[in-house]
Amino acid sequence: MDFTINVNNKEFKATQGETILEVLNRNGIKVPTLCHLKNSMPTGACRMCVVEDENTGKLITSCSFPANSSMKIKTHSQRVVESRKTIIELLLSNHPDDCLYCVRNKNCELQDLSEEHHVRERRIRGVKNSEKLDLSSASIVRDPEKCVLCGRCVTVCEDVMGVACIDIINRGNKSIVGTAFNQGLNTSSCINCGQCIMVCPTGALTEKNHFAEIQDALNNPAKRVVIQYAPSISVSMAEELGMEEGIDINGILNAALRKVGFDNIFDSSFSADLTIMEESGELVQRITEGGVLPMITSCCPGWVKYAEEFYPDLIPNLSSCKSPQQMLGAVIKSYFAEKENLKPEEIYSVAIMPCTAKKFEAQREEMTQAGISDVDAVLTTRELTKFLKLYGIDMFNIQPELTDSPMGFRSTAGKLFGASGGVMEAAIRTAHFSITGKELVNFQIPQIRGLERRKETKIKIGDLELGVAVVNGMANAKELLDEIKNGRNDIHFVEVMACPGGCIGGGGQHIGTSEDQLKARMKTLYKIDENETLKVSHKNPEIIELYDNYLGKPLGHKSHELLHTKYKKREVMI
Amino acid sequence: MGDIKQIFNKYPEAGRDNLIPLLQDIQSAEGYLSQESIVKVGSYLNIPSSKIFGVATFYNQFRFQPNGKYHIQVCRGTACHVLGSATVLQELEKQLKVKAGDTTRDGLFSIEVVACIGACGLAPVIAINGEFYAKVTATSLAEIIDTYKVKEEE
Repeated sequence: MDFTINVNNKEFKATQGETILEVLNRNGIKVPTLCHLKNSMPTGACRMCVVEDENTGKLITSCSFPANSSMKIKTHSQRVVESRKTIIELLLSNHPDDCLYCVRNKNCELQDLSEEHHVRERRIRGVKNSEKLDLSSASIVRDPEKCVLCGRCVTVCEDVMGVACIDIINRGNKSIVGTAFNQGLNTSSCINCGQCIMVCPTGALTEKNHFAEIQDALNNPAKRVVIQYAPSISVSMAEELGMEEGIDINGILNAALRKVGFDNIFDSSFSADLTIMEESGELVQRITEGGVLPMITSCCPGWVKYAEEFYPDLIPNLSSCKSPQQMLGAVIKSYFAEKENLKPEEIYSVAIMPCTAKKFEAQREEMTQAGISDVDAVLTTRELTKFLKLYGIDMFNIQPELTDSPMGFRSTAGKLFGASGGVMEAAIRTAHFSITGKELVNFQIPQIRGLERRKETKIKIGDLELGVAVVNGMANAKELLDEIKNGRNDIHFVEVMACPGGCIGGGGQHIGTSEDQLKARMKTLYKIDENETLKVSHKNPEIIELYDNYLGKPLGHKSHELLHTKYKKREVMI
Repeated sequence: MGDIKQIFNKYPEAGRDNLIPLLQDIQSAEGYLSQESIVKVGSYLNIPSSKIFGVATFYNQFRFQPNGKYHIQVCRGTACHVLGSATVLQELEKQLKVKAGDTTRDGLFSIEVVACIGACGLAPVIAINGEFYAKVTATSLAEIIDTYKVKEEE
């Protein structure tokens, strides 16, 4: 049922059930919001979005109030503007005055709101909260002093990720966001995905930073500092740099990293190809030799921790393959080290990831060889941009360069890892070849592409009808995992990515990443796959070389030692 | 922990709406809500423990530490307030080095803030294990606490 609603003396069309905010946004009227999160139930907690209904004389929260025809809305009346300004002043009253030192300086919603509303003095002085900084997690730092209690992190953690390790605890002016028994994140069920950071309007949630260690390594002549970057990085950095969304900056990224002083530049898409060799081999083995099915991917460290905590019964279903980051890390400190006549401890290995959970993964005990971590430090996409700025790299005036060889060359299958469905597509291409001896006629598998939360299809490989499912966003995975737990058996292979859209929507990406930007990043990945000729991992010449010279064969002895691992049930407070 | 199963049995078709009655029953059986029992309630009702902790900390009635051997109730009712119970509470927290709702490390004392214990004529008043102390001041408070400490040492 359509009707019209009067806004600022104009009539706008609205549909039953639509909120006032939706009507306003559709018609180009900007109303500030803070606690509002698209696709989640509105809470109306912050009251930034208030508008005045002249018919009732009330200030109402536009994010949660359904529009109706009897309303006469004023979006920027004096009363409304003053009320919003007061809210900002109240939020600032107990906020630390340390914007200059804050990670989110110039990228902060509270700062923007205060600027937009001409807050020029501290009119209200409140008692600062004295909650301690939580540095316990390997990935995420919580600073409750900077928290404005909008509750977006709590909503995302529960609704999108299905984890719910944090909630608003205590009451009134003692309220804080915290875990059960207000303990450190490290003992909670947090999976380190970083989606809370993506929605945090201030610097209350940030990733754990390792700049100092990386700089020390770069300044240490005795260290060979190598770097790898994830498949999604080159297509998701543009927004951080102020470039057109979704463009691929692979070449200039290589050049920039070399300018900073990294000795070797590798591509995690290469090790994605390596993962495919091992993982598709494992899949074929499980199908032909009667292993545990469905096999579930283990590239996503957020998902792996989720499985350890919430679905320990499904751990045997997890592929034993390490993630591409860890595979490349392991190969760098063994194969590459031998080749270059270096000891593993002489190499400092950095990874650029779209992900905060990769920081956790890098320090896992399973990811070490003789006490030496396969990967020493992880930077997120956001941190990389800051790092490049520190070294004065002008990304707009730089000539593209290539990665280093070996381990810099990739197929487009490896590159597809960056988007939800990519691991699956890449694995099917190689599994098809290893089962039938023939390449797929059509490499693209549109049924498992795109941003849909859950994608399922059946693929014919010779006589076998392979059932596959792809899920992104942990809360969506939950439904499928429960079906599998309850005995669903028509699926052979499942890809799980914790973050919405896969790594292109990871918790280490540009803050404020929109759905359009996700689509643009995805499109670029598909375009790369369309335009380039090497579309399958098993034909990557550097992969073939690596197996011939060092590893032997997929799932061989050496592979097992370096590229595979085991996970076990993790005791945390759920 | 045998008790907790019996408490669960009282709520056979448990849903979210049983959360608070369940927590109340556990507290009255065990004196407080332990980490262990919150996790158990969580898995019984299928609610994350962070959410249960969020609900429980919203209400004053729930404790997360066992009561001390000597449980001190500080009245913060109107009459006591007018006669300075805020200072009494502050002083008590200072002397015992714990906040209201907490228990001292040696397990001897715990502090609870109560709205009114119906002894307004004695304001400001505190009660230790049910024994009332009238017209408390900072000095008398120290003496009272000391008598319990001495009693313990003997």
